[in-house]
Amino acid sequence: MGNYSTNEFRSGLKVMLDGDPCSILENEFVKPGKGQAFNRVKLRNLKTGRVLEKTFKSGESIEGADVLDMDMQYLYEDGDFWYFMEPDTFEQHQASETAIGDAKLWLKEQDICMVTLYNGAPLSVTPPTHVELEIVETDPGLRGDTAQGGSKPARLVTGATVKVPLFLDQGDVIKVDTRTAEYQGRVKD
Amino acid sequence: MRAELLAFLRAYFAEQSVIEVDPPLLASNSVTDINIESIGAQAMGQSCFLQTSPEFFMKRLLASGAGDIYSLGKVFREAEQGSRHNPEFTMLEWYRLNWDEFQLIAEVERLVFGTYKAIQNTQIPLSRISYGDCFEQTLGIDPHGAKLSALQSLAEKKGYPQWGSETRANCLDLLFSELIESQLTEGLVTVYDYPACQAALAQTHQDAKGRLVSRRFESFLNGMELANGYFELTDAEQLLQRFKQDIEQRQKANKLAMNIDPKFHEAMREGLPSCSGVALGVDRLLMQLTDAKSITEVIAFPWDRC
Repeated sequence: MGNYSTNEFRSGLKVMLDGDPCSILENEFVKPGKGQAFNRVKLRNLKTGRVLEKTFKSGESIEGADVLDMDMQYLYEDGDFWYFMEPDTFEQHQASETAIGDAKLWLKEQDICMVTLYNGAPLSVTPPTHVELEIVETDPGLRGDTAQGGSKPARLVTGATVKVPLFLDQGDVIKVDTRTAEYQGRVKD
Repeated sequence: MRAELLAFLRAYFAEQSVIEVDPPLLASNSVTDINIESIGAQAMGQSCFLQTSPEFFMKRLLASGAGDIYSLGKVFREAEQGSRHNPEFTMLEWYRLNWDEFQLIAEVERLVFGTYKAIQNTQIPLSRISYGDCFEQTLGIDPHGAKLSALQSLAEKKGYPQWGSETRANCLDLLFSELIESQLTEGLVTVYDYPACQAALAQTHQDAKGRLVSRRFESFLNGMELANGYFELTDAEQLLQRFKQDIEQRQKANKLAMNIDPKFHEAMREGLPSCSGVALGVDRLLMQLTDAKSITEVIAFPWDRC
């Protein structure tokens, strides 16, 4: 990978910092009128997810990270690994439990996910923003209570639990926003 | 509000009998300052520079007897763009004959206070603190007396490991920008007695504790750098030494070589009268008056839209 100078820093750029791949979130130019210019940079460590702030001297360069975001189809899991396939080449990649993280709560076979590859291996997986999943367990639905009112927990086929309106029943398919784990609506079939 | 502010500033100086001057923006030479890059241009078949401040021309006017003068116009600096920077910006610079830096600080305070009073009908708090006290109060270290290694390790300890081998001036800039600036109190805070290694074109003297410091100050408005002023160095030989140091440092840092402006230096040899001068960022003052988060909010056509 090449090196990137601070003037090439922009959000989304992947760089190596202290041996870990990081994604730049924000890059702020700081300069005392007569003084040295700095770049105050916010980065997310892609391994740990932690956000850190570093101040670089402007003009300094750091090594780029061999990180690639790629859309892949989720195939299946075997208990140890989750398997994804590149839609063009049919090449398969196995993601560890660490790489999958919370994404495993939302993975439905055949869905397209964004897999972040680091040195060719999955580093993290981002599920689709919206997924449609079946409710496998919840308290019985209350007919007629379709308007306002409370909510109840419902367990989905993937194992995730989300709050849903009272009228929903086991077997219903709902749409969920995976970023917030919030119920978006019922999917009529 | 920009129009209102410019009119207010001009009225202030007219009332003070300070004469407006209109120095050139395009000139054959520019500053040698290690941390200021000039934007190059071509004119009349030769390469030249857009000016980074009106300082050299104003000092030539002072040397030829112009008296108290101010300039309110555009300046240009290469590679400066961010929430507080635009490569082209508006600078107010003025000089007062036979004033020291504290008389000028008092005028900066009157002017900024008066601006808020006139435009916002609010009163802002004013305060002063020495550069040394800033460091001692916030970081517990004497910036003038501390060993370079102590400043470097402080810079490292604060979570910036790549700073362990930086110069004294750069370590101080880092610590000030990252740890002190945000701690400055609200309103206009003027920091005086800057380190001797950051004297630029200011005189140096011994401070109350006998440390060599520069007679340079900076004013911060709500934690944002607003103005930079000097009790001006008038000794042509010392000025020449400062420029030579700049040029050496630029060489070491692999920066574009800049020549000493011979016309400026000649004027300095003829004699710059004793004076203090200050430059104030007008766009930044506007940012504070309008609570803008970015300089692009107060410039109709910031660089990205030019």
